Amino acid sequence: MDTSVVLSMKGINMTFPGVKALSDVSFSLRKGEIHALMGENGAGKSTLIKVLTGVHSMDSGEIRVDGISHPVINHSPEEAQKVGISTVYQEVNLCPNISVAENIFIGRHPRNVFGAVRWGEMNRRAELALGRVGLESVDVTKSLGDYSVAIQQMVAIARAVDFNCKVLILDEPTSSLDDKEVDKLFEVMRRLKEKGVGIIFVTHFLEQVYEVCDAITVLRNGELVGRFDVKDLPRVQLVAKMLGHEFDDLASIRVPEYEKKAHTDAPEIVRAIGLTHDGTIKPFDLDIHKGEVIGLTGLLGSGRSELARTLYGADQPDSGELYFKSRRLKANEPINAMKAGMAFLPEDRKEESIIGDLSIRENLVIALQAKTGVFKLLPIATQNELADKYIKALSIKAPSPETPINQLSGGNQQKVIIGRWLITNPEFLILDEPTRGIDVGTKTEIQKLVLKLAGEGMTIMFISSEIDEMLRTVNRLCVLRDGMKVGELSNVDLDRPRVMAAIAGGKLL
Amino acid sequence: MKKLHFKNIVRMQLFLPLFALCLMLLINVIITPSFFKVSIMNGVLYGYTIDIINRASELIILAVGMTLVVASSKGTDISVGAVSALSAAVCVRLLGSSYDAYAVPLAVAILAALGAGLLCGAFNGFLVAKLKIQPMVATLILFTAGRGIAQLISAREINGVMVPGQILYVRMEDYKRFGGFLPHVVIPTPVFIAIGFVLITWLLLNKTALSLYIKSVGINQKAGRLVGLNSTLIIFVCYMFCGVCSGLAGFISSSRIYSSDANNIGLNMELDAILAVALGGNSLGGGKFSIAGSVIGAITIQALTTGLYAMGVTADQLPVYKAIVVVLIVAIQSEEFKRWKSLYRIHKMAGKGVTE
Repeated sequence: MDTSVVLSMKGINMTFPGVKALSDVSFSLRKGEIHALMGENGAGKSTLIKVLTGVHSMDSGEIRVDGISHPVINHSPEEAQKVGISTVYQEVNLCPNISVAENIFIGRHPRNVFGAVRWGEMNRRAELALGRVGLESVDVTKSLGDYSVAIQQMVAIARAVDFNCKVLILDEPTSSLDDKEVDKLFEVMRRLKEKGVGIIFVTHFLEQVYEVCDAITVLRNGELVGRFDVKDLPRVQLVAKMLGHEFDDLASIRVPEYEKKAHTDAPEIVRAIGLTHDGTIKPFDLDIHKGEVIGLTGLLGSGRSELARTLYGADQPDSGELYFKSRRLKANEPINAMKAGMAFLPEDRKEESIIGDLSIRENLVIALQAKTGVFKLLPIATQNELADKYIKALSIKAPSPETPINQLSGGNQQKVIIGRWLITNPEFLILDEPTRGIDVGTKTEIQKLVLKLAGEGMTIMFISSEIDEMLRTVNRLCVLRDGMKVGELSNVDLDRPRVMAAIAGGKLL
Repeated sequence: MKKLHFKNIVRMQLFLPLFALCLMLLINVIITPSFFKVSIMNGVLYGYTIDIINRASELIILAVGMTLVVASSKGTDISVGAVSALSAAVCVRLLGSSYDAYAVPLAVAILAALGAGLLCGAFNGFLVAKLKIQPMVATLILFTAGRGIAQLISAREINGVMVPGQILYVRMEDYKRFGGFLPHVVIPTPVFIAIGFVLITWLLLNKTALSLYIKSVGINQKAGRLVGLNSTLIIFVCYMFCGVCSGLAGFISSSRIYSSDANNIGLNMELDAILAVALGGNSLGGGKFSIAGSVIGAITIQALTTGLYAMGVTADQLPVYKAIVVVLIVAIQSEEFKRWKSLYRIHKMAGKGVTE
């Protein structure tokens, strides 16, 4: 084994029921290298990492870690940690109801001679660990759940870093961070790199790969495409390798005629007057016209998701009035909003969207079934018909409609959720971060779908943390800051610098 | 390989519970060779197997209710035994102990028993679904208080004073039929009641969207709410339903002994019911469920009980033997055991150098 290589995986094979998830994949990581693992959804990135950390067991293959003379087979993430492999997953996997410090030291509390936990020592060391990732302002004795997802993610990273790790795996760590936090994370990554830690970085953000990585390994359909040095692989080629075909330029998908459409004449579909949700959203007014794609943007914690949730009744508004198609809507519960003609795709796919053990079919029809009521069961033939139709229309990749949704990749899960709402035939569709943690190909598909639906007369609210994505899809953009709607930009004003300026602060022109 | 793909998922789920039941029956027949012998005695069927399906009836009904409670609320209703006793007391008290006629029409008394169960279920459901109290704590209230209320209801006039805590008897012959036999029918009545009840439940779940709603709420309550499901109502309904199950089971039990025994009706049944759900391959963590699985689980437990009695184990030693068997069955079904099995397979394959 080359001494500079800290981790090598050879000939990894892994099968899920009916799907070959990895076939003969190899991967090697050098000391002090930041190595991007790229690929579309279902390419096998997550599976490879789960095999490495012992979440899944591989069918065959060999894993070697620097300093260990025999091949390593991990049976659990704990075992992986012992050999020096730590992971921060895409979704934060910590306990929100215990303190930040406890989360960092879970399972390895510092103890005194009597075995009692040394709280002071633990808190001090927790602060130290957080200091290393630049999170000095966090009170380590407070519950983790009191902090935003972004901070929780950073805590997870601090925890992983605190282990004396040789290999740090970051699985989509940046998808819930804002730009500043991403910069901070990169700083930490570079610091670790200097110490000789090998970092596997899984992300969908191309810019970030080029900013921070040294090497790229590309997977496609569970097979290895190749390992490349970042400097030898231009962006376009990387995308081409990931997709396996020529890059369908994202910039070209914007439909030109659509831009010129004026929506102010179209009938109003949503009107909010002074709608408030205490603690997250200050009173706001909003008019949305039929056929419009309205975007909500702002930094993390600016209240963009909360505003959408208040409209849908996912969070009960504390004051204000909401009119839907000129009729007063008391949206205290989602079902009221649904019956009026709204649909809502929430930000947190795992927690709030997918119903894990249920099949794709059941996940697709559940919203319509809830709308029609308990005594009007959709005949199984209708359910199958709908499932087949939407699996085809949204090109959901799955062995069968009866496959449990949690066996699908993130992008396919999201497509099912979109299908679930399209089946209810809504007039107003709210998409909160529909492309988060999803591969480039599916992102493009979703953006195209949004434009297509809008073209057919559906009104859409689109929320994304990627400004470029918003610019391509929306024709009006609401900017939020600190729970307040600070302004709107429409067609002509929609360019990146202006939006950035609006988000960052200062007055809108 | 192809056959495996076509195998119905439901069948795969039911494979282990069925296997456990068959294993139990096999052991029984080895130890007691006359186990499957069925004869006709006094004009009705008689034998261990008949005894099993007869005695399992209440447990089946309770297990069905428990299944829905577990699936929707990720918790268990430990009051089912006590609520059975309470419902039995209501029924018997209303019927009175005259040799000539019932004090109220039989149908009224039965409905009152079911109604008492429903009320208890509604109480549990309110605590769990609305006040969000942990199911075990919420149902602990009726677990302890239920038998006390049953004692209060089981009051009889002695020397001009109403004394609670008595065993009340129903003297009418036809009351025994529900827990015994109908005229000219060789199969015990509880079996028919249980079959009918399971069928009605199955239709209720699968001819409406209830099954899908319960599964969704049990798996992901937040997502359920956002797709428009009222999880509070769904969980509440499940507890009410479980209450009705307890009422029905209590009624059958009281008919078996044509009396209400507040101390003994449904005693320890909550544990057997929970066990039946688990043996049926249902996760006690809520979500997906199989009514058929729970029914098989209930029969398995009764087969175990009856088998042990057949071997001459006394009632007070019974729990020990039961525990051993239960540990084995539950262990075989556990995720960890399945993982070990697959790891063993991998090691074996790696040893042979097979790469498939």
